[in-house]
Amino acid sequence: MITPTHYMLLSALLFMIGVMGVLLRRNIIVIFMSIELILNAVNINLIAFSYQLQDGIGQVFAIFVIAVAAAEAAVGLGIILAFYRNKETVNIDEMNLMRW
Amino acid sequence: MGHAIAFYLISALILGFAVLVVSTRNTVHAVLFLVLNFLAVAALYVLLTAQFLAVIQVMVYAGGIVVLYLFVVMLVNLKRPPEDHSSPQRRGWLGVGLGALVLAQLAAILVWGGVGTPADPYTMQNSDLALNNVERIGMLLYTDYLVPFELASMLLLVAMVGAIILAKREL
Repeated sequence: MITPTHYMLLSALLFMIGVMGVLLRRNIIVIFMSIELILNAVNINLIAFSYQLQDGIGQVFAIFVIAVAAAEAAVGLGIILAFYRNKETVNIDEMNLMRW
Repeated sequence: MGHAIAFYLISALILGFAVLVVSTRNTVHAVLFLVLNFLAVAALYVLLTAQFLAVIQVMVYAGGIVVLYLFVVMLVNLKRPPEDHSSPQRRGWLGVGLGALVLAQLAAILVWGGVGTPADPYTMQNSDLALNNVERIGMLLYTDYLVPFELASMLLLVAMVGAIILAKREL
């Protein structure tokens, strides 16, 4: 029997894989993809509860999350391109212009 | 029973492709694994009777966002891969430890928290939300959530303008 706990464990595991990607990788494009994985984990949670409670509001919120993810990807990749044009790198260890 | 088999199969696909996305050295391969991961998540949405979300997932994520990523990966031609230049201050094991700690915490909350009784998949499949999915979602979006919906459209407009200005070589 698949309970909501199963879906939430799947969501937590996907979330943690995304967090590991953000923490361990140095290529900023891969870090952005890890953030997409994290947003997907959130969506799985929302839709699992929408299914459990038979309420459409969870799915409406998932649509908003997808809209924000699309906006984030567009702006973030624009920033990556602008940065790459100036510094010729996508390594986040070298992206320390505004650190101090 | 069929629900359980489908769940475990799709979960294995989702987690496996997610691990490949974050562990592959070649960025283009990582983007392609991301497509497969999004498609598996869309299959999970179908399993949860959220058909509209599944279609949106395939169109927006697997179709739109991933193409954007591929464009950037192709535009940014790397003469030296970023993984070869590690900062001495980086502590990878600290990231793994903190991640494992948060995962253990989440799992403990889920296992001992008691989420509720399981949903019955046989009645769920014939419920109103499953059968008239698009109608129900559309009704919610255009009545109760009209203001957030309009705000989302404004957000997308601002993001589009911002992305064009950022990517433009000179203004």
